[in-house]
Amino acid sequence: MKLHHLSIAQLRMMLLKKQISKKEVFKYFQSRIQKLNPTVNAILTETEETETMDDVTLPLYGIPFSMKDTYLTKGIRTTAGSRILKDYIPQYDATVYTKLKNSGAILIGKSNCDAWGHGSSTENSDFGPVKNPWNNAYVAGGSSGGSAASVISGMSMFDIGEDTGGSIRLPSSFCSTVGLKVSYGLTSRYGCIAYASSLDTVGPIGKSVEDVAIILEIIAGNDLLDATSVRHKIPKYTRTLRDKKNGLVIGLPKEYFKNSLTPSVAKKIQETIAVYKEMGIAFKEVSLSLTDYAIAAYYLLATSEASSNLARYDSVRFGNDRSVFGEEAKRRMMLGAFTLSAGYYDAYYIKATKIRSLIKQEFDTVFKEVDLLLAPTSPTPAFKLGEKINDPLQMYLSDIFTIPTNIAGIPALSVPCGLSEDTKLPVGFQLLGPAFSEELILQTAYRYENAVGGFLKFNAA
Amino acid sequence: MTIYTPIIGLETHIELATQTKMFCRCPAEYFNAPPNTSVCPVCLGLPGAMPVANAQAIEWTILLGLALNCTITTRSFFERKHYFYPDLPKGYQISQYQSPLCENGSLTLPESNVTIPIRRIHLEEDTGKLLHGSSKNNSLIDFNRSGVPLVEVVTEPAISDSRIAAEYLQTLQKYVQYLGISDADMEKGSMRCEPNISLKSPSDKGLPQYKVEVKNINSFKFVRKAIDFELKRQTSILQKNEIPLQETRRYMEANGSTASMRQKEEAHDYRYMPEPDIPPVVINQDQFNSLKKRVETVELPNKRLKTLVNMQIKREDALLLVDDKYLGDFLLEIVQLCTKEEKQSGFIQKLVNYLVNKKISHTLSKHEFYAKAKTLSKPVETDMASLKNYIANAIENNKVAVSDYKLGSLNAINAIVGSIMKESKGSFQAKIVLDELKKVLR
Ligand SMILES: [Zn+2]
Repeated sequence: MKLHHLSIAQLRMMLLKKQISKKEVFKYFQSRIQKLNPTVNAILTETEETETMDDVTLPLYGIPFSMKDTYLTKGIRTTAGSRILKDYIPQYDATVYTKLKNSGAILIGKSNCDAWGHGSSTENSDFGPVKNPWNNAYVAGGSSGGSAASVISGMSMFDIGEDTGGSIRLPSSFCSTVGLKVSYGLTSRYGCIAYASSLDTVGPIGKSVEDVAIILEIIAGNDLLDATSVRHKIPKYTRTLRDKKNGLVIGLPKEYFKNSLTPSVAKKIQETIAVYKEMGIAFKEVSLSLTDYAIAAYYLLATSEASSNLARYDSVRFGNDRSVFGEEAKRRMMLGAFTLSAGYYDAYYIKATKIRSLIKQEFDTVFKEVDLLLAPTSPTPAFKLGEKINDPLQMYLSDIFTIPTNIAGIPALSVPCGLSEDTKLPVGFQLLGPAFSEELILQTAYRYENAVGGFLKFNAA
Repeated sequence: MTIYTPIIGLETHIELATQTKMFCRCPAEYFNAPPNTSVCPVCLGLPGAMPVANAQAIEWTILLGLALNCTITTRSFFERKHYFYPDLPKGYQISQYQSPLCENGSLTLPESNVTIPIRRIHLEEDTGKLLHGSSKNNSLIDFNRSGVPLVEVVTEPAISDSRIAAEYLQTLQKYVQYLGISDADMEKGSMRCEPNISLKSPSDKGLPQYKVEVKNINSFKFVRKAIDFELKRQTSILQKNEIPLQETRRYMEANGSTASMRQKEEAHDYRYMPEPDIPPVVINQDQFNSLKKRVETVELPNKRLKTLVNMQIKREDALLLVDDKYLGDFLLEIVQLCTKEEKQSGFIQKLVNYLVNKKISHTLSKHEFYAKAKTLSKPVETDMASLKNYIANAIENNKVAVSDYKLGSLNAINAIVGSIMKESKGSFQAKIVLDELKKVLR
């Protein structure tokens, strides 16, 4: 039986009915890792089965999961994809890990990623790139490439990724997983190795919309250790998942459908729109005129914060001196330190924060007209390994459709919508909503999933 | 000869005596604690750890600001100040730069009556401590101090000499102690002061084109010495038509001099950036009002001085009592026990005398102290019949002394007085006993 094709609810039911034991489940996924990981390189550190509470009523009892290697796990090596931390054993657990453990889930591995989250292809990992499970010559996307690859290829039931500029959604689109970038503050960042603190978000990657809703319900909410986490009550996403909002209007931001969009992706997006239209959902063209500025603002804000967040990694405490940082980390630290320097601060950093405010306002205005927005997650399907690695600017443009959401702090869900005609690689669309509209986004994605009869299953192995 | 005007500004760091540290819940009290026992992921700067601001430290800083007549910033934020140093685990210090919690205040000094303008008061975290010399080849880091709340009070460069600088510091220390927000002990390092010193030539239009910062000062006395030394040193340089270097110097306790630490060409660009992990600090009107009320209920040093002087206490005694908050509190408690007549008849000054010259023990309760003071001060109605009895007995028992007195020994009569005082357990005033004894022996 292909356990990795089951949903979380299905696997949990089997465990509940004792049709399979927790141990057998863990062994099954462990053997998937042993079989697939030597080629895919999605998992950096395999973990032993940990003792969990033997309480079958826990919502994730016995469910094996992987987690991006930017989350601290006490006693389990955590590298952030960088050789700086190649031997780093954390002394405490990230809040998201604690919550999942308390729900009965079992960590099976730490997922590969671009070092420090810097990248769009996982080729910036100091431990080798992740290969796209659908075609090993292609990238899995980044920076949470190992996360999406491990979930789709069935090495784990779900994964916790981290999205600063598209790092959950881009790999989800390239690998055909459902990846949620949450509203800023919905989930705790405590114990997540920071890339750019004002943009970082902690979110789930799963095989179905329902799986993502289940995980979100567990990890969302206030954390006293994260002062930026929300104080308000968290909805029961799984309970409202089947609701259908009457008179739903979805906006199509015209800037996301311009020349940079490749025809194979455009075609899949049009098919998606057609599915929704069939349900009677209305569409409306809208404009997000500041989209082009988002990427510039992002690379000023994110690199500034990265230069600051990476300042602590010195040889006194971590045993590797700063020359051990990879090329991309050095590039971003230099860029960020420059942006924050006296004399440049106003021209770059302050200007970028002003653009951030304007982009937020523009989204606010658009969401007065429409409930949600639909757009491609990426202008292209997965590209070839090595294709963009020597051209950082081209690489940066991969995130052109995902970055504005991080700048605005709003949620977005990347949903699979089939394979591209030419390369036969997955394509994803994303649903964007106002801050804390995860409920409506998940409901709307769930309607699509049901209408198309579920998403592609990975059958290659 | 050219007359140079001293331009002195003071930066004072005060560690707040909050229960917990500024951005984590480790105990803030580290004095005498074994190294690295009061630490956690946040104050060690471990990956992924996030700061949560201490609300009490913010309130206390605002209390100090209100006590020093500052404007309170209603929406303030923390910033990261970047520099690399082994005692700074994150590679940046969380501090405030663009929006200090308090600005534009003043502090009037009680003795000189000079008003010192306060530029700003902000809140930040303390660093760890480097321990050198435990072995030849290493230095050790103790992170117990890392993250302890630190308030920085910055004056305008408006202080004219070392005496005023010292008085300012002493007064500021009193304010902090009266507010109960720190013990502000310079020797312990919970209050640290860095003067900025320069000399203005008559030809200087604005401020002088250089400034010397002196560090490593741990007493009021050394503040005066360091400033005086610098003023002399800089004068001699200026007199040679040279300009002193802009630099940071270290005070040398051994010989009261200063020595160069680093020159400003090495000045840091701190690359300040808003701290993204801490939401802005917003002080709403209600919070402001309640803090304002709290400050008003505290009798601050200047107000206490006025209270004491109004009670007809001598100014120098009043200053002494302001200086020792415990003694002042004790006096005011006793004064509350006094009758209206006592308050008007100079009795309070007598209480002060007994307190200051320790004629009555400070360890007594306020009631005991008050009672004792009353007996001491009031001319006791002398029971003459009883006294005469005691005298008769004393003459009988001290025949030698009596005859010695008659031969002219003054010591002898004093000895008899002493024995009467002893026998009567001090029920008579010695002067009256002496006079009466003389009459009898005449
Ligand atoms: Zn701590």
